[in-house]
Amino acid sequence: MSRLALVTGGTRGIGAGIARALKDAGYNVVVNYHSDDAVADSFAAESGLAVFKWDVGDFDACRAGIEEVRTAHGPVDILINNAGTVADARFENMDEAQWHRVIRVNLDSVFNMSQQVYGDMMAAKWGRIVNIGSMNGQAGQMNQVNYVAAKAGMHGFTKALAQEGAKHGITVNTVAPGYVDTYLMREMPERILNKIVDKSPIHRLGTEDEVGHAVLYLVDEKAAWTTGATLTVNGGTHMY
Amino acid sequence: MARVALVSGGTRGIGGAIAQSLHGNGYKVAAVYARDDEAAEGFHKETGIAVYKWDVGDFVQCQAGIAQVVSDLGPVEILVNNAGITRDATLHRMAHEQWQAVLDTNLGSCFNMCRCVIDTMRDGGFGRIVNIGSINGQAGQYGQVNYAAAKSGIHGFTKALAQEGAKPGITVNAVAPGYVDTDMVRAVPEPVLEKIVASIPVGRLGRASDIARTVLFLVADDADFITGSTISVNGGHHMY
Repeated sequence: MSRLALVTGGTRGIGAGIARALKDAGYNVVVNYHSDDAVADSFAAESGLAVFKWDVGDFDACRAGIEEVRTAHGPVDILINNAGTVADARFENMDEAQWHRVIRVNLDSVFNMSQQVYGDMMAAKWGRIVNIGSMNGQAGQMNQVNYVAAKAGMHGFTKALAQEGAKHGITVNTVAPGYVDTYLMREMPERILNKIVDKSPIHRLGTEDEVGHAVLYLVDEKAAWTTGATLTVNGGTHMY
Repeated sequence: MARVALVSGGTRGIGGAIAQSLHGNGYKVAAVYARDDEAAEGFHKETGIAVYKWDVGDFVQCQAGIAQVVSDLGPVEILVNNAGITRDATLHRMAHEQWQAVLDTNLGSCFNMCRCVIDTMRDGGFGRIVNIGSINGQAGQYGQVNYAAAKSGIHGFTKALAQEGAKPGITVNAVAPGYVDTDMVRAVPEPVLEKIVASIPVGRLGRASDIARTVLFLVADDADFITGSTISVNGGHHMY
């Protein structure tokens, strides 16, 4: 029996790259999304993967969503907390709603989702949780106090849960991507994009598949001794 | 003119020591507390430091509270975000409320408090923000996914705001205490505490004064080239 993997925010961008990589490696994959039905429908048609719609920032919606997945596909063995959002503003202009939205979707979601699948993983004595953090969570970034706080918080969450999961055969790790060539980057002015590319010794953006590859490495059966780790995938842009 | 410093959670434990140390070094100090009126009154009587009661996890209360401090003492130039709580439980037993309370008080408070002082710091061309993180935010801790996520979130928050504050003369740093001899640590069962102390290379718990002197160092006028940094004060307990 193939393991069942769930990828949040998995119908586009990095999440879609991860979902494709897992599918190609032979995992059963289901994908969660929240906002864009049209994108989700075309992703489902193109990939043949089941898509489920709920807001990962909402605890009760996660409970209902996971219940639905469990009924249709069985318990989740592998959880990829990838869903994220941005609401950039300079701190002096950032309002409370922007702060809360980003913390809720990027960090609360990790609690909401992990808590729903953790019991099944304990019962199975096996589990893989991979949280998609960010280079900006490690290095800080102007205009992103909310995003950086959420992503850095995710790195702390990873290390705490890794300690708890160890005796149950559950590993918990973080992948911290740098700037990856997704639909989000294509909205960025070329001048800024060039500056970003220049900061990487490899002189290009990452690809969605390269993040997928890192996730594959961590969810593998043989990766059982890797836990609480942060794997940076950023073209050498930030080293520490 | 003495600078005005505000310490949250400042009437006991680490925060109390920070407030006293700032007071003793000539700063005008306001100590904020949330619950324990008796401890706060005792602290005020003993030290002469002004105490204010509000919940730093609540944005509206922070707005009103800071306005009161400003009208009593003048604009806040030094902010020490020290207030914090724990609601420990392993993930599969952690209630959503335990997650939310710790995130709101420990991380949301940094947004709330900083947001309410940032404009006057920018206008004044000077500011010192010190966020009290934790060794458990750096290293993770069993039974503390909420606390570790919030505290490591603080470390990210620090780095992002440091980038924005650099130009207008505002430094933002974090202090990450290890196990310090306070009420919070004294609540740990004796055998567990003995194990903890045995794993600290310096061979003792920290003292609140160990943390206070680090804060004093960071808020000084001539500490203006130190920003976005995390100083670990943990007796060598976790090095990285």
